This record gives sequence, C-alpha cells and structure tokens, in this order.
Amino acid sequence: MWWIGALLLSLVVAVVAALRRSPLFTAIGLFFLFFSFLRSLSLIIPPIPAFVLRWYLLLAGVALLLYFSIREETFERFKAPLIALLVEREMRFLRVPVFLLFPLAMAYMAYAYTKPALSPPAESRTIHPEPPVEFSFRGKRIKVLGLENPLRKDRANLARYIAEGKEIYYRNCVFCHGDLWDGKGIFAHGFNPAPLPFRGTDTIAQLPEGYVFWRVSTGGPGLPPNATPWSSAMPVWQDMLSEKEIWKVILYIYDATGNKPRTWE
Amino acid sequence: MTSEGSALGYPFLKALKGVVKILAILAISYLAIYLLNALLGDGVDYRNLPILGSRNLIWLVAQVHLLLGAFLLGVPMFAVTVELIGWKKGDGRFDRLAHDFTRLFTLTGTIAAILGGILLVSLFILYPGFSGYMRSIYSPTWHLYIGLVLGEVISMYLYYYSWKALEGRKGMHILLGIILNLFGIAIVFVTDIWVAFMMTPGGVDEKGNLVSMWDAINTYAWMPLNIHRLIANVAFGGSIAAAYGAYRFLSAGDDERRAYYDWMGYIGNFIAMVGLIPLPFAGYLLAMEIYAFNEQMGISMMGGTFSWLWFMQAVIIGAIFLAANYYLWTAMEKIEGAERYRGYRKYLLLVIVVCYGVWLTPHSLVATVEEARALGGAFHPVLGVFGVMAAKITAVFFLIMATFLSFMLYRRSDKRPTVSWAGKGNLLQVLLLILSAGAIIFLGVYGYFVPAAVRIRMSMAQVVIVFIFMVLFLIIEYFLYRNAEAVGRIRWGDMPGRSQYALIFLAITFTWLMGLMGYIRSGIRKFWHIYGVMPDRSPQAYLPAHGVSTFIISIAILIFFLLISLVFWMAREGRH
Repeated sequence: MWWIGALLLSLVVAVVAALRRSPLFTAIGLFFLFFSFLRSLSLIIPPIPAFVLRWYLLLAGVALLLYFSIREETFERFKAPLIALLVEREMRFLRVPVFLLFPLAMAYMAYAYTKPALSPPAESRTIHPEPPVEFSFRGKRIKVLGLENPLRKDRANLARYIAEGKEIYYRNCVFCHGDLWDGKGIFAHGFNPAPLPFRGTDTIAQLPEGYVFWRVSTGGPGLPPNATPWSSAMPVWQDMLSEKEIWKVILYIYDATGNKPRTWE
Repeated sequence: MTSEGSALGYPFLKALKGVVKILAILAISYLAIYLLNALLGDGVDYRNLPILGSRNLIWLVAQVHLLLGAFLLGVPMFAVTVELIGWKKGDGRFDRLAHDFTRLFTLTGTIAAILGGILLVSLFILYPGFSGYMRSIYSPTWHLYIGLVLGEVISMYLYYYSWKALEGRKGMHILLGIILNLFGIAIVFVTDIWVAFMMTPGGVDEKGNLVSMWDAINTYAWMPLNIHRLIANVAFGGSIAAAYGAYRFLSAGDDERRAYYDWMGYIGNFIAMVGLIPLPFAGYLLAMEIYAFNEQMGISMMGGTFSWLWFMQAVIIGAIFLAANYYLWTAMEKIEGAERYRGYRKYLLLVIVVCYGVWLTPHSLVATVEEARALGGAFHPVLGVFGVMAAKITAVFFLIMATFLSFMLYRRSDKRPTVSWAGKGNLLQVLLLILSAGAIIFLGVYGYFVPAAVRIRMSMAQVVIVFIFMVLFLIIEYFLYRNAEAVGRIRWGDMPGRSQYALIFLAITFTWLMGLMGYIRSGIRKFWHIYGVMPDRSPQAYLPAHGVSTFIISIAILIFFLLISLVFWMAREGRH
C-alpha cells in the first residue's frame, strides 16, 4: 500500500505548488497523484502490471514536461527552483543533501535492479500465437489456413450438433473453462496462467474456428516454439476426442457465449 | 557547385554529367559482379559474408538505400508543391524554399546511387540463386527501372540547374519538376513490383515458372504498397525538410535567417503532417490485402511473432503525434492573437495523452508470476479492453482529430473573422466536432460486440467520418476566415530551441518507424525469399530476436542520418 505514501506526497507537493505558484511543484504533484491513482486502482481491479505502469508513468512525465514548456515564461518558472538549487547561495543547505541523496537513490535503484531475485522474470505472454501451416491430427495432416467447421454448413442438424457439443463440454471442458464459460472452472485456480474465458470479445470472438480447432486438438504441448514462454496445461484433446466431437464442442462454445467465429469476409 | 548560371546549356551539361555518373556506377557494379563471380566460382545459391553475415549486410545497405531513395522521391514532391504555391501567390519565400530543398537532393542522389550499386553487387554475389531467379522473371522491369532512374537523374539535374535560367518561364520549370516527380513515382511503382512479389507472389506456377507477367506485377500487395509508400514519402520528405530547417535555424547567426528557417521548419512539418494523417488508412489497406492473400501471414503480422513490434510502433507513432502537436503549440506563442486559444491546448494534450495510453496498452501483457496470478484470467479486465483493435482504432482517430484541431487553432491564431455569421459558423464547427467524436466513440464501443468482419467494415466507416469531419470543417473555415482581419503578426524566428529539437525528433522518429515497419513487412515472409515459391535455404533462414532486429534497424537509421547530416552540412557550406 505504498501508493498511500505517494498520495500523501502528491498532496504535500500540490500545497507547496499552490503556495509558491510553481509549475515544477505542480508537475511533481500531478505526477505523484497520477501514480497513486493508478496504484490505488488495485483496490477495485487487479493491479496494473509493472510493465504497463512504467509506460503510463513515462507518458505522464513527458506530457507534464511538454505542457509546462510550451510557454517560455512558464518554462522559466518551471526551471527556476532547479537552477536556484544549483547556484543560489542560500540554497546550499539543501544542495548538499540533494547532491548526496540523488546518487545514493540512483545507486539503490541500480542495486535493486541487479540483485538476484527469487521470483522468475516477467513473461511476455502471447495469448494467441500464430498457427502453423498444418498440423498432425491422429496421423492425418490438416491445414489450419482456411479450415472451416464442416458441421456449421449442415443447417438441418446444427441444433443437434450444438446439443451434443454441450454434452462434450460438460464432460471434458467445464472443469477448467467453467460453467459460465468464463475460465473459472473448479480446477482453474490451480493453473497459472488461468484457462481462457470464452465470453467477452477478446478470445474466441477474435479467432476463426479453424484456429480454435488447432488449439483444442493440440493443446499446450502443440503450441509453436515462437509462442514461448508458455505454460499451458491444456490437454492434447485429439487423444481423447474425435475430429467431429471437437467441431461439435466448438459449435457449442460459440453458440453458448453468443460469439461469432472470425471471418475475413 | 553553382546553380546561378543562366544559360540553358549549363543544366544540360550537368544532366549529362549525372547520366555518366549513374552509368559509371552501373558499369562498375556489373564489372564487380563479373569479376567476383569469376574469382569465387559459379554454381552456388548462397555465399556467406564473414563476421557481419550476408543477411545483415543486405539488410543494412537495402535499408539505407531505401531511405535515401524515399528522401529523393519525397523532397521533389515537396519542392514542386512549394514552388507552385510561391508562383501562384507571387511570394518569393516559397521559391527560395523550394530551391533550398532541391539543393539537398542532387548530392543525396549520388550517395543513393553508390549504395544502389553496392546493393546490386551484394545481392548477386551473396544470394546468386535468388537474384538469378528474380532476374529471370523481372528482366524487362529491371531495364525499365534503369531507364526510369536515368530519366529521374536527367530531370533532377535539369530542374535544379535551370532554376535561374527559367526564372522568367516558371510554368516550364514547374513542368520539369512534375516530370521529375512522375519519374520518381514510376520508380516507386517498379521497385514495389519486386518487393510485393516476394511477399504476395502471383503470376507463377507451383515450381516458380512465370505464367503471366501482368499477374506477377499486379500482385496483392503491389498497389497498397505503392499508395502507402507514396504517402509515406510525402511525410518523410516533409519531416526531413523540417529537420533541415531546424538545423539551419539552430545554427543561424542572424534574425533574418532565423525567421526564414523557422518558416521552413513550419512548412516542412505541415507537409509531414498532411502526409502522416492519411498514412494509417493506407497501412490498413495494405494489411487487409495481406490478410486477403494469406490469412496466416496476416495473423503472423498482427497477432504472432511481430505483435510486440506493433507495440513499439504504437509508442513511436504516439510520440510523433505528441511532438508534432507540441511544435504547433510552441509555434502559437510567436503569433500575436494566439492567446485567445491557449486554454484549449491542455484539453488537446489530455486527449492525445489518453489516446496514446490506450494505443500503447498491449493486449498480451508482460507480467510476473504474481501479477499473472492476480489477474485471475488471461487478460486484465480493464487493460484488456484497451488492448483490442476497436479501442486502438478509435484512439488513433482521436489522435488525428486532435492534431487537426491543433493545426486549425494555429491557423486562426492571428485572424479574426469578419463575416456576420461568425458565431454561428463556429457553433456549427463545434457541433460537427461533437457529432463526429460521438459517432466515432459509438462505433468504437459497438465494435466490441460484433464479429471481426463487421468491425473491420465499421472502422472504414470511422475513416469516412473523420474524413468528412475534416473536409466540412475546412469548408466552413474557408468561408469563415475569408477576408478575415489580422489581429497581430507572426514573429517568425521567435521560437525556443526546443521546438526545433521537436522537429529533429520527428524526422528521426519517422525514419525509425519506417525501418521498423519495413522490417515487419519483410519479416512476415519468415523463411521464404518469395513466400510459398522460393524458400530461404541459407544459414540465416530464421527470424532474429526482436532485440537483434531493432538493433540492426537502429544502426541503419544511424548510418542514414550520418549521411544526411553530411548532405545538410555540404548544402550549408555550399551556400556560403
């Protein structure tokens, strides 16, 4: 909860800025206010990963610097406290500690970045890796490109296929992907990364059915090398389900979530 | 070097010199290929260059050659447009500006030609199998290319060196400039044939035999690439010209020069922005054609290996928009009357920063184990919303509209409308803005709830809305500010140095972006020289890590700027 410290600091700096009518202190105050806002979001949503947080802070810092340097007069006032700190005689009592603390702070940051950590490094996760040109399904070569669900064309039996797909889902998939197709099945908490949800607009809604077929068929072990680092626990379903069964369950998850498979036309 | 000669014979003599130079470079290149082949022995498909590696050499030389080529094609477009404006307005400053830019490209042409020769030799010596195949298919287009380059060189020299001689016949001189540009555009079209064929081949059978020459020319990527590169050349030429203006501004010794180069930087930046605004649409068209050719290639490009480079692209383009707006906002400070519009800048900055933030939020997050666990799912519940195309496209349109508005504020800073309906006109513009922004947000949000194919069509609707908004706004603006009264003057040259560094930053960032995007376009072929037709069987038939590729791109950009700095410096010395 050290964002509370940042919040308090930003309030103190904002008061100083208001009293001194200083653009520099206003910028610092706004920066820390923004930082504490982003961190405090973790009270209501999962915390923003440090990677993204750093980019947002950099953007905020640059934006503030640009804003306060548009007008020459404002920029002069923005620089004034810094210049005063460096050259004015009466500031020497502050100058000495700043000159000592600044390199120490930098040294600590360098130390903190380089010291061996027990936690594994951050992973860049490719949620939807690119598929191979073709893959093996029980010895048969299947091309991913242009692969369509053959059952979808059979309009007369579509409702039956979906019903059968539902049964397959509840026998095999529900334990991880959940009763509400939200990736929160009873086993889900044991996995990291968590199983994918099918609801929403950013998983199966983004993918053609052929892609989903490839993912279900080959599971975690079938992920291409360029999708690493990866640690998916998804089984290789072609060992347990037939081609037709996989197409049925795909029909079902699209139907149940109200999503449409991605098409290019 | 002088262009002051008034006799028409002098430009022809110079053009002849230029032709001899090109032919000499070509002859030396062919001779080098012949001698090296004789020395190294024939019958191989690949040769390896020690230490640097064959691929890296081709990459660096091709990239720098391409950038110089883009500069050579972009600057004449800029120069002729400026010259034409000057002629029509009767303003000598424009003519001087056009002439100053033209000074840059005769020297650049020589450097580009030498690099072209090195590229030719490198390709035929290091990749004889691939080069031989391309020659067997595209021999006629190669000869056409040589003819076009000679035409470009002749018209370039005639255009530059006849400036004084044709002073009294400006129309004739501008016609020369147009011919120069036609040659330039034709060169882009011909070189794009080869590049587009490598990505999205056509006109050949499964074994790579030529079936139809026209189909081998008119491939999926050809026309989108032509459009994309032409527009990008305008923006690139403008940004480099603006950087030149900035460099001359910063090194100017007196107020008169400072005023002139400040104005030069402004015009360059204006042209760059005019080119930049439609560029995302042209890029979108190219991406759609890539998907149409091969869905998998499209997935590799947008959602696979290259997705992290798109993150970098977002960071760079956002920085370009930010810097361009910053330049306009600082430039408003030199305009008497601009104080009326100062207050709007913070809102525009806020819109730009928020949109920039949305654009750079990745869909797939880099997360530690603890962070991934805390997410409790595959995507962040809030950031995930920003990560998809519906949000990103909407953010880009707002970036474009905000930049457009910054420019409009700049334009009207020293004026006050005199028409009786000024208030209503302004209100109409505000209503137009609110309606357009509302429609774009609506379509953006609606995009979350429809299939991708529908969303893609909706983003086209967003393009149309932004375009209509800008056109209608400009029409109202034109009538509103016709016969407007001046409320102050523009103090050209009264600009802080940091505004000029923003222009230099823009040029470097723009060039960097070109290198990065070019790599993605080329890299999606992966282990193919010609996708699906000719596999790459060299030891370098793999994609380098992103860190390696961005490093090589950066080296190429550095070499380009060292060369272009040399051109700037020589142009400056030549003036004295």
